[in-house]
Amino acid sequence: MQVTPGAATDLLGAVGDTPIVEMPRLAPHAGVRLYAKLEGNNPTGSVKDRVARAMIEAAIADGSLRPGQAILEPSSGNTGISLAMIGSRLGYPVRVVMPDNTTPEREQLLRLFGAEIVFSPGAEGSNGAIRLAQELAAADPDLYMPFQYGNEANPRVHETTTGPEILRDVPDLDVFVAGLGTGGTLTGVGRFMRAQRPGVRIVAAEPMPGEMVQGLRSLEDGYVPPVLDESVLDDRYLVSNRDAVIGVRRLLREEGLFVGLSSGAAAAVALRVAAEMERGVIVVLFADAGWKYLSSDLWTRDLDELEEELEGSMLW
Amino acid sequence: MSTVRIPPVLREETGGNRTVEVHGATVAEALEDLFARHPELRQRVTQDGELSPFINVYVNDRDVRYRDGLATEIGPDDTVILLPAMAGGAR
Repeated sequence: MQVTPGAATDLLGAVGDTPIVEMPRLAPHAGVRLYAKLEGNNPTGSVKDRVARAMIEAAIADGSLRPGQAILEPSSGNTGISLAMIGSRLGYPVRVVMPDNTTPEREQLLRLFGAEIVFSPGAEGSNGAIRLAQELAAADPDLYMPFQYGNEANPRVHETTTGPEILRDVPDLDVFVAGLGTGGTLTGVGRFMRAQRPGVRIVAAEPMPGEMVQGLRSLEDGYVPPVLDESVLDDRYLVSNRDAVIGVRRLLREEGLFVGLSSGAAAAVALRVAAEMERGVIVVLFADAGWKYLSSDLWTRDLDELEEELEGSMLW
Repeated sequence: MSTVRIPPVLREETGGNRTVEVHGATVAEALEDLFARHPELRQRVTQDGELSPFINVYVNDRDVRYRDGLATEIGPDDTVILLPAMAGGAR
């Protein structure tokens, strides 16, 4: 059979090696150059294809995922969708525990890729989904839970792929900015940069949790993901939903970039960092594209109305 | 005075108040004044005199651990934000 040079032999081979583009119109002044790494260009449209593929390959290799088992994972969307695609390629059923207040696109995509969905109370946010998934996995030996929040394959794939791709494409970077979710991207890219370019600052953009998704019964219900290595971070900024939406709109209008809410937040933080620099190069990672957010219409709705609605949902 | 924002999970200790006005030139002084006004908060927010690992403290938008920690200076227009550590969402 003739194989086209450069073609992947399977969809899983098309994960990663995403484009990096400069954002000259967004840069606040001539001394700073801003670059975006577009993870929305992965096969299911998010950075989580890297993580899901790495976790499943590692689990098959070390025997922790066996034929006949199903994959179970807490995820408010992207990781579940990635796992569903990969599970369908490799013959493992996938079950996703998801808060009941995300966007309809996520549910549609999960079902299209053949996943089963278990809903957790939206008011408990991702912590609630994690807890429910842990209970389900503990009760059933036929379930394998990759658990992105605690799986070392998550930061490792960023250390071995995302980080090197960034340094190859932007060798003179000074700052790396990404959203903080599991902490996998920041930890992995951070470790790679510490080893290769110790001067690079690693900056986290953290979502300001809405009042309605902070339904913790006690502080001890809070959760610091085990894969997050806080020692590689140099700074950590909170971003409100409002500022994230403003970022998403500016990216579309000024740079033609159609990205999701966490990317708007990461861009907002990149601009705060840029404003304090005289010169330098910032790379910001955009974790997904805007498709899964069309139903919430981040781009055209009244900002106050949108802000109120976002208070009660988990969008990144 | 500076403002401290209280997360929902700690509002029982502030009588339901979302924010508390406090005196202090640093985060540590602001928290001491907060604990003086709402004594039950001290044992919720600290462990052995240190901040609980389950709580993150910000001045406006920046995590104080990556600035000067509890010695981070604050002014009257600054807001100290207390937030429970939470896993991120859509990841």
